[in-house]
Amino acid sequence: MAIIVDNDTRLVVQGLTGSEGRFHGLRNRNYGTQVVAGVTPGKAGQDVEGIPVFNMVADAVQETGANTTLIFVPARFASDAIYEAVDAGIGTVICITEHIPAHEMLRIHAYIRGKGVTMIGPNCPGVLSPGKANVGIIPAEIFSRGSIGLVSRSGTLTYQIGHELTQLGLGNSTIVGIGGDPVVGSSFIDILERFESDPETELIVLVGEIGGDEEEKAARFVESHVTKPVLAYIAGFSAPPGKTMGHAGAIISGSSGTAAAKKEALEAVGVQVGTTPTEVAQLVADRYATRT
Amino acid sequence: MDLYEYQGKQLFAHAGIPVSEGRLATTPDEARAAAEELGGAVVVKAQVLTGGRGKAGGVKLADDAADAEAKAREILGLDINGHVVRRLWVERASDIAKEYYLSITFDRGAKKPLYMLTTEGGVEIEQVAEEQPDALARLHADPLEGFQPYQARRLIYGAGIDDPGEQKQILAIIEKLYACFVETDAMLTEINPLIVTPDGDVRALDSKFTVDDSALYRHPEIAEMRDVAAADPQEQLAREKGVTYVKLEGEVGILGNGAGLSMSTVDVVVVAGGRPANFCDLGGGGDAQGVVDALEVITSDDQVRSIFFNIFGGITRGDEVARGILAALEQMSIELPIVIRLDGTNADEGRRILAEAAPPNLYVEPTMLEAAQRAVELAS
Repeated sequence: MAIIVDNDTRLVVQGLTGSEGRFHGLRNRNYGTQVVAGVTPGKAGQDVEGIPVFNMVADAVQETGANTTLIFVPARFASDAIYEAVDAGIGTVICITEHIPAHEMLRIHAYIRGKGVTMIGPNCPGVLSPGKANVGIIPAEIFSRGSIGLVSRSGTLTYQIGHELTQLGLGNSTIVGIGGDPVVGSSFIDILERFESDPETELIVLVGEIGGDEEEKAARFVESHVTKPVLAYIAGFSAPPGKTMGHAGAIISGSSGTAAAKKEALEAVGVQVGTTPTEVAQLVADRYATRT
Repeated sequence: MDLYEYQGKQLFAHAGIPVSEGRLATTPDEARAAAEELGGAVVVKAQVLTGGRGKAGGVKLADDAADAEAKAREILGLDINGHVVRRLWVERASDIAKEYYLSITFDRGAKKPLYMLTTEGGVEIEQVAEEQPDALARLHADPLEGFQPYQARRLIYGAGIDDPGEQKQILAIIEKLYACFVETDAMLTEINPLIVTPDGDVRALDSKFTVDDSALYRHPEIAEMRDVAAADPQEQLAREKGVTYVKLEGEVGILGNGAGLSMSTVDVVVVAGGRPANFCDLGGGGDAQGVVDALEVITSDDQVRSIFFNIFGGITRGDEVARGILAALEQMSIELPIVIRLDGTNADEGRRILAEAAPPNLYVEPTMLEAAQRAVELAS
């Protein structure tokens, strides 16, 4: 099982001929992901180390049966790329691009929800199901196979926690980077719901940060819908209000979106929140050892 | 990006929302000239990107041009919540019969624009929401549907605005504000107060306006409004060099890779009993030039006593990062103690490279917490 990407993933990379798209597309293929096509307007007929390139996503879908897209297109062209993929019938959109205007994401979010499409990102590292498929820029070598589901708004922080889990002998079912923007395609709740129904996942780690109220919503969802153990880490306890901390979505507005409020909401429903990434990994190991 | 009151009002005026006539002034002489041109009584208003300027003495009524000059002298240079007043907006004084409130905000939780309208204007909206929730009309717009006139009707009926003349003007203002909100990629457009004059004219007397940084590329005229002189000098340098940096108040300089890990690093320094001097995100790579740029920004802050590098090697491997750091340090002469924690892919090799080449001011620690403790100790 695992979630979102697995052995059935047939990947098209939008922007495969660009330097980022090429580098990561080939890395994903080397990992074992079925990378079946690339799309760059005007470059149909070319190939990237054997991966055929098409002008349009619709052509890639028709010729190769692509069902998932990985988007590396620059910000000002990225929403067009997302709409193109959705309208071509792609069911899973994973968008790495950073700096897509927030208003465009409002419209995209409303549009994809109406179509039943799964979108991860933007401004995210992608999705990795160890041993099955890697779609995006996550360094797969630091993760191992296992039964811990990991969902995060941050890239390197996820790698840090995953790395510490690996050192403790624990592996992951799927690692999902949902992205650091104010509006992203999938929320914590969407991913928690999938991990809850994934038989391969036994325990869930949620990595949040300041800004917005998705962690608070996740806490309410955990209380009513999640039976598996959930542990969490929140970044940004010492962040000042009104400042964007690297991610466009990581900003405390007035008194809302603080790390303290998120920690409190999670702890109120029985989710343990670690103080450092190392402590979270240790809490996970302890919890995992005593699972029933 | 936050805009000054007068900049927001310029965008309102451009969208067809009525505002009072005014002039920008940066000296008492300019304030006098502005008041002369406008004629009659004027209001001299400090332009600062913070609230509470009225209480701080940053807004004053002036009877004539000479008085405007005197009031400008009083307000210029005032420190309002750490913001020094360098610009004034001199505006024709308004007679006020009523004060309303109107805003459209980017509601990231609901993932929709949110309208709010109330007749209880002139105070903080949070206060109205808490004390008189029934007086506040709230409505979400569907981002695909956009503005529809019925939404504006619901708002004015919901807020209890029953004067037909006011209704007509406010319906038009709501429609124009929505267009302005969408066209400028705003995260916040707020009119508080939206006044009604004794003659029944409705006008925006103040503005709060925030534009999405990611969308500034398509609004060069708004991007140009940024007041670089008002920014913190380190943050200004960071912007020029393309470094992701936020100034904090302490002594431990921080450099991490990735926003989440860098935020986490700031937290760990506090856990270790120290005070972070900054947040700084090196991004995914670890090339020498990126490290040099970031270090130049961090060390331009005189308060910094030690530097904490917290690096996780992913696709950019630990040994490459270590070489990048050493190359960067060779290009610069930094005497401050530097503590490095390196983890992830090829971290052992990276730590070995650092240990072998180690300049005397470089300390390599195995964990985030130990590194933070060492950096805090070295800063004191």
